[in-house]
Amino acid sequence: MASNKTFDFKQNIAGALADKQLRSNFKNATDTLRGKRLAVFTDPEETLRLRHVGNQIKRAGLNRLPELLEQLEAKCKENGIIVHWAETVDEANNIVLSIMEQHGAHKMVKGKSMVSEEMHLNKFLEDKGKLPLETDLGEYIIQLNNEPPSHIIVPAVHKNRKQIGQIFADNIPGVSYTEDTAELLAIARGRLREHYRTADIGLSGVNFAIAESGTLCLVENEGNGRMCTAVPPVHVALMGLEKVVGTLEEVPALYRLLCGSATGQRITTYFNMIKGPRKPGEKDGPKEVHLIILDNGRSKILADKQLRQTLQCIRCGTCLNHCPVYTRIGGHAYGSTYPGPIGEILMPQIEGLDKKGNLATASSLCNACEEVCPVMIPIPALIRRLRDESYDMDENGVVKGHGCKKNLLETVIWKAWKYMQVYPLLNTIMLKKLQLFGNKLPKVGPLKAWTSVRTAPKFARQSLKDLAKKEGIRNE
Amino acid sequence: MSNTSARESIFARLHSARSAGLPYAPVPEKWEPAPIEDKKARVARFVELMTAMRSEVYQVKGDEWVGKLQEILAERGLKNLVYGPGTEIAKKLESAWKGKKDVGAELVPWKNDVEEFRDELFAADAGITTTMGGVAESAAMILWPSPQEPRLLSLVPPVHFAVVKADRIWTSFAEAIRELDWSAKAPTNALLISGPSKTADIELILQFGVHGPTDLIVFVVE
Ligand code: SF4
Repeated sequence: MASNKTFDFKQNIAGALADKQLRSNFKNATDTLRGKRLAVFTDPEETLRLRHVGNQIKRAGLNRLPELLEQLEAKCKENGIIVHWAETVDEANNIVLSIMEQHGAHKMVKGKSMVSEEMHLNKFLEDKGKLPLETDLGEYIIQLNNEPPSHIIVPAVHKNRKQIGQIFADNIPGVSYTEDTAELLAIARGRLREHYRTADIGLSGVNFAIAESGTLCLVENEGNGRMCTAVPPVHVALMGLEKVVGTLEEVPALYRLLCGSATGQRITTYFNMIKGPRKPGEKDGPKEVHLIILDNGRSKILADKQLRQTLQCIRCGTCLNHCPVYTRIGGHAYGSTYPGPIGEILMPQIEGLDKKGNLATASSLCNACEEVCPVMIPIPALIRRLRDESYDMDENGVVKGHGCKKNLLETVIWKAWKYMQVYPLLNTIMLKKLQLFGNKLPKVGPLKAWTSVRTAPKFARQSLKDLAKKEGIRNE
Repeated sequence: MSNTSARESIFARLHSARSAGLPYAPVPEKWEPAPIEDKKARVARFVELMTAMRSEVYQVKGDEWVGKLQEILAERGLKNLVYGPGTEIAKKLESAWKGKKDVGAELVPWKNDVEEFRDELFAADAGITTTMGGVAESAAMILWPSPQEPRLLSLVPPVHFAVVKADRIWTSFAEAIRELDWSAKAPTNALLISGPSKTADIELILQFGVHGPTDLIVFVVE
């Protein structure tokens, strides 16, 4: 996937902006999703109350994270679920592989899991000669075309039906081109049902893991998640460690927030709650259930009072649909598992500011994401914080790669600025100089880039301060 | 596998994160839609919202659902119907089929482990299950699969029939959780089901029947 190659965000953006088809696919999709969300959350006061409850549940959960995870582990074990811990994606990948090898498994059917995307699990398993098959329709489409998802809820949203028809015709033997969505659906259904029936192992994500009962909750519409977790003899569930909640009573609010924010639904077709493998006497269900709990930098994020709010995210994707940047450049330009506003705050913390810090620049700080986030993550404030950490002027940075953008020239300029503000006389002298010569500054370097698409501001002949003085306004 | 050490270092970091001094977050509040006290209104809301989710809902009295079921099976040319022997509805199905020779669809009991039944199940036309009840405000049925009625009975056959008792329809998921003592009593797999399987992954156009049932037919029984 793109994030493993050298990542040139600027170039990606230019490419995405030039692709008219892509822009219109994204615009249509995000417009629709925003409208659908509004149709469910009709009462602003009630919505705010619900979001407030969601925020509290996730914050309270993070405050008790070690206890909840211990409880979850103990309860899962009691229920017969085998629990694994992985610090890194490498470890998690190898755990999946070793489970497959224990069972001599070759074919894996996969339900939608963003953590598996984070792990680049498909690529890893393919390299080991295994056959991981995506079954969520959107994921199926992009796997056929060998692409990463462009949206965390609707992964193939960047493709229209003509493009999908072509992907099917090019990649599924015996299938000829059609742009009829019902036909496309029937083709996928036929293929995938055969795979469920014959797969050796099923994999899924986890939307909420309930600590008090050791229950894994999966939210979906298609039924592929149920197929993957109930048909094959072995089920492996992947979760980021922040997905744990305390009790079942907390779930209805989060579930409502997730459905409404993600797809504008009151409820999804299926809410699947798994408490363990097949028990004696039961006629179906997997004989073995594994839960892999992944850290991958999350425990480090928890250590910072402000940044830990990133971990409240329930992966609803609505911040993507409301972001003026995402809706124009689409998901792939971010070159990251998680695009859009959530990606801008999560990826730099997971992979480091030196690698993904640029993502935090892709925001106009318009606050749209914060206004809709169902768990009230102050995304713009976190973006500003990460920008600060990239320069790390105060040298208090905690995020991996902090201070990566610091350079001598900028440091000197900012220091000078600070000095000027402290000594008013210096400030006055500098202002006078700019009034005289500011408009004649040569347009080189960053100034050239800036003015290539914008008009440079003109320095007024008299400063505001002077004008105020003339008018007799004193406010010093 | 470096599993134990991974666990230890993760917990070490989590614990030290706590000592870094955390903002106070109180125990979360509860959220629950206001209860619909009147049963008739509750059932009506359930029927209205389930129908909006593209489920076909029939309100019937007593055992009338059996006749309606046979009618639908015949009308749609469904060749067989899988059911779980030993449930409340099983007896009614068995006796209805015994008395009637002209029912087009064959009644197929799920008797063995799925390993022996899988191919037959994947070839089946329809399945029928009981439910634990319904949730009006969420427009969902509650299913607790059991040894008699396994998980896949409501998933694999393309048409799913379900029987919901009208006096087990609650207002909200939260209420059902309390009434059913869900945390303590739920089985290995529990489900909310709100309609036929669907997707909007192609151009966000809603389409039904992608992996699971293409049709969900609900009998609300008074
Ligand atoms: S940050 Fe908020 S809006 Fe964005 S995906 Fe996460 S929960 Fe949804």
